[in-house]
Parts: sequence; C-alpha cells; structure tokens
Amino acid sequence: MPIYPVKDNKPTRNAFGEAMAELGQSNPDVVVLCADLKGSLKLEKFSENHPDRYFSIGIAEADMIGTAAGLAIGGKIPFTATFAEFSTGRVYDQIRQSVAYSNTNVKICASHAGLTLGEDGATHQALEDIGLMRALPGMTVIVPCDANETYSATMAIAKFKGPVYLRFGRPNQPNFTEINPDFQIGKANVLNPGKDVTIIATGILVWKALEAAEILQAEGLTVRVINIHTIKPLDVEAIVTAAKETGAIVTAEEHQKNTGLGDAVAHVISTQFPVPLEIVAVNDTFGESGLPDELLTQYGLSTQDLVKAAKKAISRKK
Amino acid sequence: MTHSELQTISRQLKRDVIKMITHAESGHPGGSLGMADIFTALYFSEMKHDPAKWPSVEGQDLFFLSNGHIAPIWYATLARTGYFPLAELSTLRKIHSRLQGHPATKEGLPGIRVASGSLGQGLSVAIGAAMAYKLDNRPEWIYVAMGDGELNEGQIWEAAMNGPHQKVDNLIAFVDRNRLQIDGSTEVVKKLDPLPDKWKAFGWNVLEINGHDFAEILAAIAKAKTNLGTGIPTVIIANTVMSKGVSFMENIAKWHGTPPTKEMEAKALIELAPTEWKDYDDPAARVYKGRN
Ligand SMILES: Cc1ncc(C[n+]2csc(CCOP(=O)(O)OP(=O)(O)O)c2C)c(N)n1
Ligand SMILES: [Mg+2]
Repeated sequence: MPIYPVKDNKPTRNAFGEAMAELGQSNPDVVVLCADLKGSLKLEKFSENHPDRYFSIGIAEADMIGTAAGLAIGGKIPFTATFAEFSTGRVYDQIRQSVAYSNTNVKICASHAGLTLGEDGATHQALEDIGLMRALPGMTVIVPCDANETYSATMAIAKFKGPVYLRFGRPNQPNFTEINPDFQIGKANVLNPGKDVTIIATGILVWKALEAAEILQAEGLTVRVINIHTIKPLDVEAIVTAAKETGAIVTAEEHQKNTGLGDAVAHVISTQFPVPLEIVAVNDTFGESGLPDELLTQYGLSTQDLVKAAKKAISRKK
Repeated sequence: MTHSELQTISRQLKRDVIKMITHAESGHPGGSLGMADIFTALYFSEMKHDPAKWPSVEGQDLFFLSNGHIAPIWYATLARTGYFPLAELSTLRKIHSRLQGHPATKEGLPGIRVASGSLGQGLSVAIGAAMAYKLDNRPEWIYVAMGDGELNEGQIWEAAMNGPHQKVDNLIAFVDRNRLQIDGSTEVVKKLDPLPDKWKAFGWNVLEINGHDFAEILAAIAKAKTNLGTGIPTVIIANTVMSKGVSFMENIAKWHGTPPTKEMEAKALIELAPTEWKDYDDPAARVYKGRN
C-alpha cells in the first residue's frame, strides 16, 4: 500500500493562517472578518500585514455574516473566521438568506470543529455543522484532512466563485498530504487501492482510515481509502465506483451520524448501487469535556472502531 | 456577614479557581478571578438560596451565568455553598466530569439550570425566568452575569429591549466591565463606550460600581431592589480588573483563557494567602452552611 510518511504534526488551523497570510500578499481583494478569535484562527500575520483588510467584528457572528455578504456584493472576497459552532448554528439563517440564497461570494472559515476541540466541552463542539451547511442549496462544503490540505483548500476557495464552508480544527494532527496548488473542489482522492471494502473518510478521520487499512491489510484484507475532502458537491462517481468494485463501504467523520457524510453517502449508494454500509460517526449525542483522543475513543471514532466497522461491512456482503 | 469575612471567602474562592484551572491545564482564570467578589456577595450574603431544595425554584433566588467561560468561579462558589462535594472541583474539564468546561445541565450538576458558553444568550433566559416569577407572583429575585466583550452579541441588545418591555423589575443584571476580551481591549475589538448610556437608552436602571468593593456591590443590589414596582430592571456595570488578586495576571487579556503553569500557581497562591476555609483538597476544608 502507498506509504504516507508524516511530515510533521500540525493543527489544521495553523495552515489556514499561513494560507491567509499568503492570500493577503497575492490577492488584494481578499478581506478577513474575525469575531474576537484572531489568535485561535492564526490570523495574526494577515492582520499585521494588512490592517486595512482585516476587520475586527467583535463577538457578533450574525453581524459578521451579513457584513461579509455586503463586502462580497461590493466586489471583495470576504473570509469570516470563528469557531465552527459559531460559524454555522449560531448564524444559520444569516447564511441561508444573505449568503446561500443570495449566492454571495463568502468564505465561511470554521476552526475548532468537532469533539477534538477538547476541554471546552459540548457548547463549543460543533457536531451538526456539516449537516447544516450541506442542507443549503448552492453551498460548497469542504473538510480537509490535514494541515497541508487545509492550506491547499484555503488557496483554492479564494479562486472559486460562490459560497463556501471550510471546516478545520484545533488539535495537532499528522500532516501527510502534499501541498496541492491544483486542489480540485468536489474531487475525492483515492489514497489507497483495495478490493474488500472502502473507507470513505473526511477531516481528521482520514488518517485513522489509513491506520485502519494498515491493520486490516495485516489480516489479509485490502482496503480502499478515499479522502472525501468535499462533502458538497459530493464525488458521486468515486462513491459508486467504490461500491461496485469493493462491495462494502464504511464512512468516517467527526460529526453527528444524522445529517453528516454517512447520510450523504447512504443516499448515493441506496439510490444508485446498494451495498452494505457502516457509518462511523457520533451517535445522536452531544459531546463533553476531555482530551481529543479520549473523546474520539469515548464516542466511537477511534482507529479500532473503523477496523470493526470495516469487518462488519465485509461480513454483511451477500 | 462582615465585609472582611466576605473578603476572606472571596480569596478562598480565588485559590480554588487557581488550583482547579492549573490542575485542568485549561480554562479561564481572568474573568473567574475578576468576578469572585460579586459571586461571593451574591451567594454568601445577598441571595436567598438553599441547596437542600435543589432543583426546586420554590423560595429561591435564581442566578444565571451568561458568560459561561468563567464557570470555575461558579463551580467553586456552588461547592463552597453546599451544592456538591468540594472534592469534585478537582475534576474540572476532565472526561466524565459533571464540571464541564462550560456550565451544562446534561451531567446533572446541582446549581445549574441552563447551559451557557455560547455567548449572548443568558440575559434572554434570565428575563424569561423573571417573567415566570412575575406570573406566579414570586417575591424572589433573578440575577444574571454577563461579560463586557459578550455585549458585542446582538441577542444581548434584543434582550435589553425586552427587559423593560416585559417590566421585569425583579431582575438584576451584572456586567463584568473588565475592559478586556480575547483579542485585547474591548474598545479596540468593538467599541462599547459609552456603555451606561446605551443601557439607559434601552430603558434600564443603570448603576456603576467598583466590582471589588463589597460595600458598593451590596449597596447597588439594595438600590436595585427599591425599583420593585416601577417595571424597570436594573443593570449593574461592575468595573473590575481581569484576574484581580494575582498581580502578575491582572489586566492582561492573555489570562482570559490561559491556565497558569505549576510555578505560576505557586506564586499566585502565595499572593492569595491561605484562609481558614482551607483549600478544597484539604480534609478540613469548609463549606458555608449559614444562611439558608
Ligand atoms: C457566540 C460565541 N462566540 C465566541 C465565543 C468565544 N469566546 C469565548 S469568551 C470570548 C471573549 C469574551 O469576552 P468577555 O465577555 O469580555 O469575557 P472576559 O474575557 O472578560 O472574561 C470569546 C470570543 C463564544 N464562547 N461564544
Ligand atoms: Mg471582559
């Protein structure tokens, strides 16, 4: 199987900050709006280098989304920056009306997504954001798997015209992809070939999918691993091909089972090519305070959970 | 209780906060320390509340924490007034704990009636509770605390319009006016001044106090209570110092949400001299059983 050496361990939000600093230099239309979380979103460099294009909005997320829509109408490319929960649930209708329905060119950039935000606990752990955003017509939803992919995706959405939700996180994370100046929104990446089962993973679960594939490989099974960094528009072809060629699918995400990647994939395979499907996700519950790895284990998102789900999917093949 | 006794309790609560957050290796010391005096005045002197009656609201003043990140001072206060065992304070922010990073009801911690942490929602909830108390002719009071950065949120101002509209003169709101939020000065991040004028324009009875002076805190509450019958709610803008009582942490935005190191904890605990209430991990630690 292809080996992915870990370049370093790095939070995805750091790469977001680096990409914003680069975009500040290369694209004069890029502006940033931040809701009192400059340090958390790593925007110090952008704000220092471009004080005229960095707007401190304060803790006023609803106002931030509306203001971003106005800036987009005025010809700018606004990037909004706060935690995932306050980027989505807090401001759902502002996004729905002023961004998605009005098709304004706003980039909603959301850090500290999911359980791995850690000790702050459930109030801050966005587990419904992918569902909320993918429900909106016209919204593009991107969840990069590591720091380098976050960098690539951030650069790509600046070039792309239309509303985007970009989801990343707080903890250190194995950084194993190459920076890709040609990042294709909507195009899944097959990271590992395999015939017995496919794990379709997004965000930080992609690395765990590779770990699970390695464990299963040692047991004589071959596992296709797909990094589905774009949840919407979904790469239907990659999913249907995987269903046809491997006959069993596991999805993996740091999100609620209801409304997430698993639901999106279930829709595709049940309507186009039904095969056994196992969904690894948070099972209809809120999170809690704890350390990132403790929480992933507690809520069924560990590498071992992926291994078990893969075996179960394979065993359900007719 | 004398003001000097209240000062001692406040110092003990600050010791508790420093120890809890250092042990948790994460959390929000700045606002917790800065609001210790107001929590002490409320729970140890002013409020009518009885943990033995929990969760009934019968005969109870209610307190809501809108700026949920300062949960450590609330947890220390609740444990020291008998809502749950002191030993639990050492579980702050750990997995399976009832002491979540931000106040939560799901784990069943006594003393907490609604989750907070996502800012801007607590004043609305407190006004709702005050409306319910009015409907039932309850004579008890509703208290709520908010951060000053938190006032950036639009929902606060929707609630600010609603308070006088619903005539909840049984509500007393506190603003922790420490002039800091995460990204720095409140006036740089999103200008708030002139803050008293804003609340006055929304129809509130506005009092401004030194939030570290027990005489001023208690006098302001007494004054707010004379407003009963006017239909006008009160907001007390408490001028405070972030991290008050620990010299090297005072008035620095970084301490909004950074845990002290072990060495800093030791230094802080020297500045906050030990009290006869004893630290929570001391078997002789005291819980207030006085005024129920
Ligand atoms: C809706 C929402 N947006 C952002 C945050 C992140 N956040 C937590 S505390 C805080 C700053 C609060 O400032 P202030 O109310 O002045 O509290 P202090 O720092 O003085 O304790 C921010 C931005 C949040 N918890 N909720
Ligand atoms: Mg403040």
